[in-house]
Amino acid sequence: MTELTKLKIAEARDLLAKGDITSRELTDAHIAAVDAAGELNAYIAKTPEIALAQADAADAKIKAGDAKGMTGIPVGIKDLFSTKGVHTQACSHILDGFKPEYESTVTQNLWDDGAVMLGKLNMDEFAMGSSNETSYYGPVKNPWRRGDTDTVPGGSSGGSVASVAGFAAMGATASDTGGSIRQPASFTGTFGFKPTYGRCSRYGMVAFASSLDQAGTITRDVRDGAIMMESIAGFDAKDSTSVDMPVPNFEAALTGDIRGMKIGIPQEYHLAGMPGEIEALWHQGIEWLKAAGAEVVDINLPHTKYALPTYYIVAPAEASSNLARYDGVRYGLRETVEGGSLADMYEATRAAGFGDEVKRRIMIGTYVLSAGYYDAYYLKAQKVRQLISDDFKRAFQQVDAILTPTAPSAAFAPGEKSDDPLAMYLNDVFTVPASLAGLPGSSVPAGLDANGLPLGLQILGKPWDEETVFKVSGVLEEAAAFTAEPKIWWR
Amino acid sequence: MTYLIQGAKDDFEVVIGLEIHAQITSNAKLFSGASTEFGAEPNTQVSLVDAAMPGMLPTINAECIRQGVRTGVAIGAAINKFSVFDRKNYFYADLPQGYQISQFKHPIVGEGIVTVDLGDGKTKDIGVERIHLEQDAGKSMHDQHPQYTYVDLNRSGVALMEIVSKPDMASPEEAGAYVTKLRTILRYIGACDGNMEQGSMRADVNVSVRRAGEPLGTRCEIKNVNSVRFVRQAIEVEARRQVDIIEEGGTIDQETRLFDPNKGETRSMRSKEEAHDYRYFPDPDLLPVEFDDAFIEDARASLPELPDAKKARLMDALGLNDYTAGVLVAEKEQAEFFEMLLDETVTFAKKDASAVASKAANWLTGDLFGALNKAGKTIAETPVSAKQGAELLALIEDGTISGRIAKDVFEVMFETGKNAGVIVEEKGLKQVSDTGAIEAIIDEIIAANQGQVEQYRAGKTKLMGFFVGQVMKATQGKANPGVVNQLLKPKLDG
Repeated sequence: MTELTKLKIAEARDLLAKGDITSRELTDAHIAAVDAAGELNAYIAKTPEIALAQADAADAKIKAGDAKGMTGIPVGIKDLFSTKGVHTQACSHILDGFKPEYESTVTQNLWDDGAVMLGKLNMDEFAMGSSNETSYYGPVKNPWRRGDTDTVPGGSSGGSVASVAGFAAMGATASDTGGSIRQPASFTGTFGFKPTYGRCSRYGMVAFASSLDQAGTITRDVRDGAIMMESIAGFDAKDSTSVDMPVPNFEAALTGDIRGMKIGIPQEYHLAGMPGEIEALWHQGIEWLKAAGAEVVDINLPHTKYALPTYYIVAPAEASSNLARYDGVRYGLRETVEGGSLADMYEATRAAGFGDEVKRRIMIGTYVLSAGYYDAYYLKAQKVRQLISDDFKRAFQQVDAILTPTAPSAAFAPGEKSDDPLAMYLNDVFTVPASLAGLPGSSVPAGLDANGLPLGLQILGKPWDEETVFKVSGVLEEAAAFTAEPKIWWR
Repeated sequence: MTYLIQGAKDDFEVVIGLEIHAQITSNAKLFSGASTEFGAEPNTQVSLVDAAMPGMLPTINAECIRQGVRTGVAIGAAINKFSVFDRKNYFYADLPQGYQISQFKHPIVGEGIVTVDLGDGKTKDIGVERIHLEQDAGKSMHDQHPQYTYVDLNRSGVALMEIVSKPDMASPEEAGAYVTKLRTILRYIGACDGNMEQGSMRADVNVSVRRAGEPLGTRCEIKNVNSVRFVRQAIEVEARRQVDIIEEGGTIDQETRLFDPNKGETRSMRSKEEAHDYRYFPDPDLLPVEFDDAFIEDARASLPELPDAKKARLMDALGLNDYTAGVLVAEKEQAEFFEMLLDETVTFAKKDASAVASKAANWLTGDLFGALNKAGKTIAETPVSAKQGAELLALIEDGTISGRIAKDVFEVMFETGKNAGVIVEEKGLKQVSDTGAIEAIIDEIIAANQGQVEQYRAGKTKLMGFFVGQVMKATQGKANPGVVNQLLKPKLDG
């Protein structure tokens, strides 16, 4: 059993193709692993019946010679993706009991390719959080511990990374609005990939901030990420912001050859007070890429310091509007007040249904869009967002990719930052600028800190140039030779 | 003449601006594929997008964009090749998304002009400020259950054009004429069915008053007025209300009001203090709407002849008078019926259009419209087709029947749907033009009325009519009146 759940997607694909294993066996092993990983609280809904049916269908497909990269591969699905007839609540109380009549395009793409759904994964409520502590279904535990102390898996895709790092899924869907794929990947020694905004359809993804939300993947290595990304990506007429461009063969980009490539090192990312070992790891990353034949150049992204404030205006503004539909009228939670009015029902429902972080962001968003404040906040933020985007555009005239740390720290303990929203928001300082610019990015496991916790390095690429991000990620992965695994304490 | 409201002390002018919400004729809604059919069972025309299910995204229906552009072109407006959909945020049970997708800063159509007809050939140009596209909300039904409000989402997401006028109207009549004209244009181009009873067109009426020469007063907005008559009435009572308040030393509160046609009054809905802060911002789910000149030219090329152009043609080329031409073009179906009638009459009578146009128009607006009106029918329900009407007109033209007999024939046609020729044949109504036969009758009548003949000859020539009447009576109206006149005069003159 352990063997099967430790396989990478690419390895399983080859064994499945050769007939050495069946998807049924692989799925059985994973269903058992999911059941045994209850301590992690990664899954908030399990779908073993669906998984087994899909596994059998996948085995038939493989036999018929119709296999694709993801055929027969058991994966977990972040609760933010709509899955027909299956729990879909973005881990919020306000969507209590909601099971959609429809399937998100991203998950449909996976099922069309023959992938197997193990269940729905925990996340920060409506993807708002960096530690997976805001979920209505309780916090997710990081498989990696600081000695005997629990750590958070990062967020918002905490369930996605914990399931993959904890060998309870071979890959997982995730979503990134300001860093929700890359930061948790960094905290868990997994490979996180966020494509260019518009590469994946947002149809059926519970919206947080529409202009930033983008689906991506969590896998145990770069190749697996390339295989899974190719499956979920693609134009969709049902999402006006998805872009009609062919999806390249991402796996083919993993040539290992980055000779002559120019890698930018943004000077503004040298944060005062950042742990020395993160600076050291970044420096190590630079050396690895140089050794592989890349040319490393210093670049400037002068508006970087405005990225977080900009993000915390734009994202809550959109969220305040996107979350207005949760009003107790048509689905999910409804709280009524005896003899109360419609407004009373709204207030009671939303007061009971949303957690503190969601309420905080709705209030911030409502404020920055209000008459008299719009110009000073939202409009200004949009202008700064453009400047941040222009910074990258200029930089990418010089370089092919950018290397930075993924997060300013390793995984921290639960509760350590949950009372200080600003300290929590700082987690996304390196990931948010690229989100604002809609760029593709990854987090590659690159080393361990003094406490034995994983640290990731971030690769950013030009819009639509996911291939370069994969290529550089692959080289970094090989150089880092990151083979550490968390001690299995949760089974 | 200026429309003035006489207060106790002063005369007041009224200043009116209208926001017309017109439902775009389209099979599908603005941002979803759901049907827009009117009158369906509640909540049967609702897509996942219209119900704002989690993760659902709007996608623009290109046909609605096209109709917006066509409407803009039809009123000679500036077309914006770049426009943006914004979210207008507010909570209501029949607004599933918690926001309405509308256009705020960058509407699809800019300034244009609607020329309204004020009777007696007088017209006035009313400025249009902008046209923007937006989605409709659902419908809350408060009268279905003692405790609950029911919500019908069939209308949710239906495409509307909001046509915003400038405050260019100065009387209820001008406002009424503006709505009427706009409705005519929309129906001509097929952008909106103009059905005000079904809510396909409704008006928000902005009214303020001022003493002559004073700056604009504070306005009140009367929401959702759904007929031309109510628009006029609402303005009258609202302007009067404002004048009374001002003359009593009060001030007008800027507020939203509702017109109650039963009580003939407007009532406050909400004041400015309770007004929503709509927190408009560009909808991040939608890209800006952009198109090129070719798209606009295609829209222009797709437009039919517009009412003003048609009216001018009917007057200039066909010699119709202003009033008749105005009546004919006011409704698209009437204008179409007239054109068919004229074509067929030209064919039947083998005469030039200009020679028969006035007669055809008079028959249509007099006889047919009169009969339809009496029967409570619309032109679409007429039992007498354009072709049948043309046959009747041709029978008059070629002298087969007199105009007098034609009226009787038409009555039978209207009742039975039979063709004119058949009726004339069956009832033996053919006009008598045989001079011999008529002459014999004239001689009889002259012989029998010697007294009148003497009076006539003594100078009372008006008696001519009496003799003509006697001849017509004797022939049951079938004598050709021209022939009768021709023969009668020399005999009477002796």
